Amino acid sequence: MKSLRMTLLALLSAMVVGGVIIVLSDIDSLRDGDFATAFGAVFSAYRALFVGSFGSLRAISSTINSTVPLMLCGVSVSIAFKAGLFNIGATGQMLAGGMAALWVGFSMNGPGIIQVPLAILAGAVGGALFGAIAGVLKARTGAHEVITTIMLNNMAAFMVLWLLKTNLFQRSDRTDPISKLVDPAGRLPRLFGFLNGREDLLAHSGFVVALLAVGVFWWFLHRTTMGFEFRVLGLNSDAAQYAGMRTKRLTVLAMLFAGAFAGMAGASEVTGTYGYASQNFAGNIGFDAIAIALLGRSSPLGTAFAAVLFGALQAGGRQMQANTDVPISLIVVLRALIVMFIAAPLLVKAIWRVKADTGAQSQTFRGWGS
Amino acid sequence: MSDIKSAGIGQSAEQRKRSRNVGVVYVVLGLVSATIFTNRPGNSGFKLLDDFIFVIPARPFAWALAITLVALGAAQLLRGMGKVTNVVLTVATISFVVGFLTWAASGGSFSLTGMLQDTVTRSVPITMGAIAGIICERSGIINIAIEGQLLGSAFAGSVVGSVLGPWPGVAAAMLMGVALSGILAVFAIRYRVDQVIVGFAINFLALGLTSFLASRVLTKNPQYNLVKPFSPYRVPLLSEIPVIGVVLFTQTLFVYVSLAAVAVTTWALFRTRWGLRTRAIGEYPKAAGTLGVDVIKLRYRNLLIAGAAAGFGGAWWPIGTVGRFDQNITSGRGFIALAAVIFGRWHPVGALSAALVFAFAEALQLKLSNLNTGIPSEFLLMAPYLVTLVVVAGFVGRSRAPRAAGQIYEAQ
Amino acid sequence: MKLELRGITKRFPGVIANDNVTLTVRTGEVLGLVGENGAGKSTLMNVLYGLYKADEGTIVLDDVPVQFASPADAICAGIGMVHQHFMLVPVFTVAENVVLGIEPTGMLGILDIEKARSMVTEISNRYNLGLDPDAIVESLPVGVQQRIEIVKVLIRDAKIVVFDEPTAVLTPSEIIEFFSIVRTLIDSDKGVVFITHKLKEALSVADRIAVLRRGSVVGEVVSAEATESQIAEMMVGRAVQLTVSKKRSDYGATVLSVSGLTVLDPDGRTLVQDVSFDVRASEIVGIAGVHGNGQTELVEALTGLRSTSSGKVYLEGVDITKASPRKRHSLGVAHIPEDRQRQGLVGGLSIVENLVLTRYHDTPFSKRIQMNWGVAHQVAADLVAQYDIRTQSAADLANTLSGGNQQKVIVARELSRDLRLAICSQPTRGVDVGSIEYIHEQIVKERDSGTAVLIVSTELDEVMSLSDRLLVMYRGRIVADVDPKTTSAMDVGLYMAGSTPGNVGVGV
Repeated sequence: MKSLRMTLLALLSAMVVGGVIIVLSDIDSLRDGDFATAFGAVFSAYRALFVGSFGSLRAISSTINSTVPLMLCGVSVSIAFKAGLFNIGATGQMLAGGMAALWVGFSMNGPGIIQVPLAILAGAVGGALFGAIAGVLKARTGAHEVITTIMLNNMAAFMVLWLLKTNLFQRSDRTDPISKLVDPAGRLPRLFGFLNGREDLLAHSGFVVALLAVGVFWWFLHRTTMGFEFRVLGLNSDAAQYAGMRTKRLTVLAMLFAGAFAGMAGASEVTGTYGYASQNFAGNIGFDAIAIALLGRSSPLGTAFAAVLFGALQAGGRQMQANTDVPISLIVVLRALIVMFIAAPLLVKAIWRVKADTGAQSQTFRGWGS
Repeated sequence: MSDIKSAGIGQSAEQRKRSRNVGVVYVVLGLVSATIFTNRPGNSGFKLLDDFIFVIPARPFAWALAITLVALGAAQLLRGMGKVTNVVLTVATISFVVGFLTWAASGGSFSLTGMLQDTVTRSVPITMGAIAGIICERSGIINIAIEGQLLGSAFAGSVVGSVLGPWPGVAAAMLMGVALSGILAVFAIRYRVDQVIVGFAINFLALGLTSFLASRVLTKNPQYNLVKPFSPYRVPLLSEIPVIGVVLFTQTLFVYVSLAAVAVTTWALFRTRWGLRTRAIGEYPKAAGTLGVDVIKLRYRNLLIAGAAAGFGGAWWPIGTVGRFDQNITSGRGFIALAAVIFGRWHPVGALSAALVFAFAEALQLKLSNLNTGIPSEFLLMAPYLVTLVVVAGFVGRSRAPRAAGQIYEAQ
Repeated sequence: MKLELRGITKRFPGVIANDNVTLTVRTGEVLGLVGENGAGKSTLMNVLYGLYKADEGTIVLDDVPVQFASPADAICAGIGMVHQHFMLVPVFTVAENVVLGIEPTGMLGILDIEKARSMVTEISNRYNLGLDPDAIVESLPVGVQQRIEIVKVLIRDAKIVVFDEPTAVLTPSEIIEFFSIVRTLIDSDKGVVFITHKLKEALSVADRIAVLRRGSVVGEVVSAEATESQIAEMMVGRAVQLTVSKKRSDYGATVLSVSGLTVLDPDGRTLVQDVSFDVRASEIVGIAGVHGNGQTELVEALTGLRSTSSGKVYLEGVDITKASPRKRHSLGVAHIPEDRQRQGLVGGLSIVENLVLTRYHDTPFSKRIQMNWGVAHQVAADLVAQYDIRTQSAADLANTLSGGNQQKVIVARELSRDLRLAICSQPTRGVDVGSIEYIHEQIVKERDSGTAVLIVSTELDEVMSLSDRLLVMYRGRIVADVDPKTTSAMDVGLYMAGSTPGNVGVGV
């Protein structure tokens, strides 16, 4: 429970700093010496944050939808970390998977029960293949995955932009890069569909996919032989070789699996949240996923909780921006602060005069050479 | 670029592989030239000076290029080129690019000088970011936060520059770079946090804070976001040289400083005591520590110097070009800078060449949308990333980074 | 100059590394500091050198108390240290490594390379060390690298030189050269502290010997009056059996047959040259040799971790030359690796997980893709008890174990199966004396049960007492095949240095 206390304290520290930023940035009020408004802004902002994330069914629905891609991409980054690989390419893999799912979505018109899983599968395959590129490059040439995945991210973004202007993908009545609509049967069913009259609850069953993904991740890591191999490889690649594990194959597979999860995130966004693809449907989720994996120490449960936290912040942030003067980019700041405070228990200890378990900080980055 | 020696005795397997890859690249480029570039008839005009247009007939040039490249490829694969390998590589690459431009511009004309000038100026933030990255990594600290530093400094430069003028703006930008470096330093060195985590956190922090402040403060107070950028300064005498004079010597202060920074950093790293100690703490900090070098203090100092360099790079947006700050104005250049560090194998000159490649592609893409090439602009924009990918995979590979980069130094 | 450590106490979380240690060192004499691994010798020297700060106690120099806040202070005071693991930057030249920290500079801090080179050459000539200032360190052999460390120390005007396990990587003849360098230092009125766990060497070169055990000084003797077993007993606290007792054995059929094995590195250099030998069941074959003569690569080739360029390896008649490590494992080959931290264990995983590291893919530990951790835990608990691995629980992480216990985990894992061939590389490196005894017993037991055993070790004593037959490797070749019972250590040492007995003075 000590680590839970540290997490909560880190959260609290981040919010305090965030509050300070809100106050200090209200230049107009401060100029007029109107401290009441400035401080008031903090309270109304945080209130909106809480209400917007968990305060109503609508809010919970919104949180669920924000959480889904974060959880799936979080698993993507985490599973790669476990094998000792730094997957910065979740964005590109999400785009690849999303486009694959999109294609299935608008070019087929079978019953939903076939279309939906097929689209998700297509997303997984698309993302997996894209992720495997970086894996193969690493295994065969030693090119570090940090650089290759960053390059691939950019390349994927341009590919998507181009594809969305081609006849195959572009919506026929539009000139901007926006895709055809996914067949209504191919949309991920809404979770709250059984509640009549609540069409505003947009949460979709991508959430089920995400939860299943976390479960599969846990089972894979702790109950399968390959999961054991991933863990050994990630901690000590020399020992993995000594133990007879085929490290090159594992590297490719790790990126393949990572890509698959991120691809499913893309599929879920396209067939669940939007119903089509625009240029930026992957947004910043790939980078957020890195923070999530780091926060959750790449463990399945930790990743899931971190994803829910970030999803809540995202949903709450939208409400905050709508209701108050505080823009949603504060959420980005809060996230950064949370990551920093969680990663530096010594700092939190110093601030709150609490005994911290400094423990052995295991390293995520092992240098460019391996 | 990479260090390629001739094939033969005394060469390591790594070098032979790279040498072979270069040969393959030549042949591939030659084939591209033969199949694609020869498709267009007509002449291409390259506008070099106001009154001088250099005309190249597209098809013959493409054929000549193709044949030369394939011959070079054969020579490289069979014998290697010894000392002149790098020179040949540079000349071949430039020729290929000229061939591409000739093909693209056939039947029309094309302001080459303007594009080159644009290239050089666009390389500034990437170069400065890469220098920051090199100094950090050579000292043993991974700096993933270059993007955040560029972004934060751009913001600071714009705001302070609007209120107090461009020179204080530059100073503010550099201070912001130093401050962000300071955060990285404290967390990574004192609190022993994983350097990559802190780096990403700083990036998020910078992105969030600058976007936040931009929408909350700057939109309502646009007077805080209006800077007068530097105008280009014509170096006396040197700027009269045809072509080069415009490209290299009619630029803003930013260009001159960034080129000087590359030279100074190279000299400092390999010729001074500071450089020896810096490289030592990046390779084997314990060795330096046991000899009395204060590893921690030197790392702090170097991080702050790197921060100033990145800060200067960030100031290029508001004070070197556009005169304002927009949300996420850096859009990934910091990561490009990181790629340039690796592409350039942790050497400032190598990083500069990488920066120029990227900048060239950016400049090219703008110009080419005017010409009719049939290639979607997205693919052209993709080109530098693909090139980096190929270079890193085929020529850098497992190449040696500073050995201690990223590891926590345990002093007592 | 007289250097005293008075009442030095240094604590780390959970352990007292140095407990009220008092020692005196004078210029003109050699003090030997012996103790087993973990006794606190290196910690003490690190305190002396300013790398650690003592919790209690003082350092007194010529009757004046001094404080060393960092190695720079210690160096200024005239203390030089040659570490066990060399502190050399591999990509720098000899000169750059030597002058690091005291670089000769011109204006603006520009390095004066010429001056640096002449500084190195001057000391190198004066003490007859033969160094080339422009050589890149990583290309130099280990014996030469040590001399660079000595130059580093001398160039800083050290009056007292501390050597931490200096002979670990030297051939017997290099060791003799090293001792003569030590004598030269004494004659130049320097003081020497010689940290070692090799009692014979301490006795031969030191004037006085201080013995550390569990952080305290348990005694000081004059080496002229002491014996090896006396010191060993002080080191361990009980009578220690310094030789392994084993009975004669009846050899079985040939298990391992190596013929014409050659291994090249990617750059074409020869690492192992045309090696041929056999190992029979119930036989222990030892390979002696100084580290770096191809033994590591030979073991890697035999275990499938490195590819060969020619030659064959047969296991009971089956050609395994190109077989994967896993295939060899399934055929009954066990490998105790020479670097347990790097290869043999995963520190961040639990002891249970480490105990199945090389067996997880077999039944009963897994079935198809599923792991059976229940069985793993059971087997692990048995092994921990059986091999006396000191730990709170088998679920603890492997990096909480001491070096000796970590090695026992590896031994337990590898030797508890049914084996045809056991390859043990440096099986007792960095292990405390008690565990050394235990591991040696296990190896002999393995042999007695019919397994063929191949031991590779740079500890001459170990490999001579354990082996039934002894091979010596030098520069990638097998240069001798002798009976350790009838051959003297001196002769084996000569083989290790590339000479042949009777041909002394020729070779190398």
